[in-house]
Amino acid sequence: MKVYFRTLKDLPREELFAPGHRMCAGCGAAIAMRWITKTIGPNAIIANATGCVEVTTTPYPETAWMHPYIHVAFENAAAVASGVEAAIKTLKRKGMWDAGDTKVVVIAGDGGTYDIGLQSLSGMLERRHGVLYILYDNEAYMNTGIQRSGSTPKYAWTTTTPVGTAVRGKIQWKKDIMGIVMAHRVPYAATASIAYILDMVNKIKTALEYTEEGPTFLHIYAPCVPGWRYPENKTVEIARLAVETGYFPLYEWDHGKLRLNPPSNNHLDKTKRKPLKEFLKLQGRFAHLTDEEIAELEEELDAYWQYLAKLQTL
Amino acid sequence: MANGELNAELIHVESEHSALSAVVGASAAGARVFTATSSQGLELAHEILHIASAMRLPIVMAVPTRAISAPISIHNDYSDVMNARDTGWVIYIAASAQEVYDTIIQAYRVAETVNLPVMVAYDGFLISHTVEPVELNNEEEVRRFLPRSVRPYTLNPKRPVTMGPLASPDWYYEFKYQQVLAMKEAYKVVKDVDALYGEKFGRSYGVVETYKMEDAEYAIVTYGGAAFGNAKAAADIARERGIAAGVVRVRLYRPFPTMDVLKVLEGVKALAVLDRAIMFGSPAEGPLYKDIATAMFMHGVDKPAVNVIHGIGQRTMYVEDMYKIYTMLRENPRKEVVFMGVRV
Repeated sequence: MKVYFRTLKDLPREELFAPGHRMCAGCGAAIAMRWITKTIGPNAIIANATGCVEVTTTPYPETAWMHPYIHVAFENAAAVASGVEAAIKTLKRKGMWDAGDTKVVVIAGDGGTYDIGLQSLSGMLERRHGVLYILYDNEAYMNTGIQRSGSTPKYAWTTTTPVGTAVRGKIQWKKDIMGIVMAHRVPYAATASIAYILDMVNKIKTALEYTEEGPTFLHIYAPCVPGWRYPENKTVEIARLAVETGYFPLYEWDHGKLRLNPPSNNHLDKTKRKPLKEFLKLQGRFAHLTDEEIAELEEELDAYWQYLAKLQTL
Repeated sequence: MANGELNAELIHVESEHSALSAVVGASAAGARVFTATSSQGLELAHEILHIASAMRLPIVMAVPTRAISAPISIHNDYSDVMNARDTGWVIYIAASAQEVYDTIIQAYRVAETVNLPVMVAYDGFLISHTVEPVELNNEEEVRRFLPRSVRPYTLNPKRPVTMGPLASPDWYYEFKYQQVLAMKEAYKVVKDVDALYGEKFGRSYGVVETYKMEDAEYAIVTYGGAAFGNAKAAADIARERGIAAGVVRVRLYRPFPTMDVLKVLEGVKALAVLDRAIMFGSPAEGPLYKDIATAMFMHGVDKPAVNVIHGIGQRTMYVEDMYKIYTMLRENPRKEVVFMGVRV
């Protein structure tokens, strides 16, 4: 990534995400939205997929968005953004666009990205639209009542993967969305966390500028108070532990090169990572886990890190 | 576009759902947009049909109509458009290649006047995959007919707006009622635009087209090219054989031209509504029949009206079949549904 903001003092001051929205106290996605809007600046159009952020920020006749904003449906934010981007191109060519260098940004949750929106995301990436697609990942369909998604991790409790005697929460592993996006050979894709603001804003800005070349993608990890079942003052702490335990590594895919970012760049050495249990134990959705189940999750995590290590050598 | 004659962006979408989603985005950003689909594609895009009209975007879409799976059929009937008839789009059904061309130009003017999307439907295969000569207008004259109007609300960072919000029960109904009013306005605008187009380019069609209806006692009411053409040929034969036959073609399907349809049917003793789509389990299975029966009932008109379902999955509709409809109307006028051309 390019470093646009070196210290906290460099962070953009202008607020472009209005208070008074209906997001939960302690919402990780709300923190992400604030920094996304500040970092992309006012000359951008937002296409939002149906989801937590969408329903909580636009209760008619109010809106939290100071940007031009469009929500159409759940599965098509990338297609809508494709249309917006193409329209701006054409209108510019005809001298009918008066807003200058306007960026197009998608904001979608994990349901709208991993699951129902995967096709339109793939189409947008393949067609190389100059759009920044930002996934805020809270690992389930939260606003509809905590149903499991393709992003929900194994063994997590959700309302559709209840913990019983025969089934212990979600049965399957979390989908590797970054791998899917990288396979489209996009110029830039990165993971980021609301616990690492400087890293996150620099990635947002880098990804935004790279849209000159084609589509870019950010996977922002955003904890959910009601869905993950933890106290609302623990959001940033849990997001930080996700990175420190190696569960959610910070890395970027920049023109075919994978680079791990601090602190994840030290985590190839397993001993530098905190035990996964520290991340899991703060969350009610993992309260039922046995030591054997945690050991299984850790084993899978090790395998994932070995995969990242191999990717890094490419 | 390959020759650089059209200054536009072409988005090669991965699905019809994304096609309509992309034109929604582009239209919201202030661009003029066009797309086309039919059959399963229109079904896939169905969700966005409702959203495009409710967001009041002036999208124009061509729909060469086709049958719907299963079993899969690539042939023509009107099942696809009839399944989209209540999505808040203005819907024309054209009957010739020339009319399709003229109607698409009219459609932009209508769409941009009433802020509603417009569908221009016509027989898939029978019109879309056959060849007819079409008279083209002068490009500059078309541009003058369709001046770029500045829409007050588009996606622009200089004038930010939120589109597609969440509406509570306190607000939702008002949004929907505005669509009802817009449709009522569209009825007038469609007529005005057609008249103006006639003045400028010498061709206009009205909202309802008639054939030998001046003194007709028996009428076939239908839509689309094949049904209308064959009904006209049958009316000629019927008249040679002493039946005062006429044909009515509904060109504007939504908003439904209730008063115009009732007016042309005033003098008939009995009518047949020829439908090319099936509404399974409905009191009468034909969609146009339902509209006409409702129109007649609401205006106190009671006369024999038979619903003929034909041409499903492009089952051949013979002129002789249409002639039989006239004899049926004369000899045994009644109210019932007849499935014609099917092996039972």
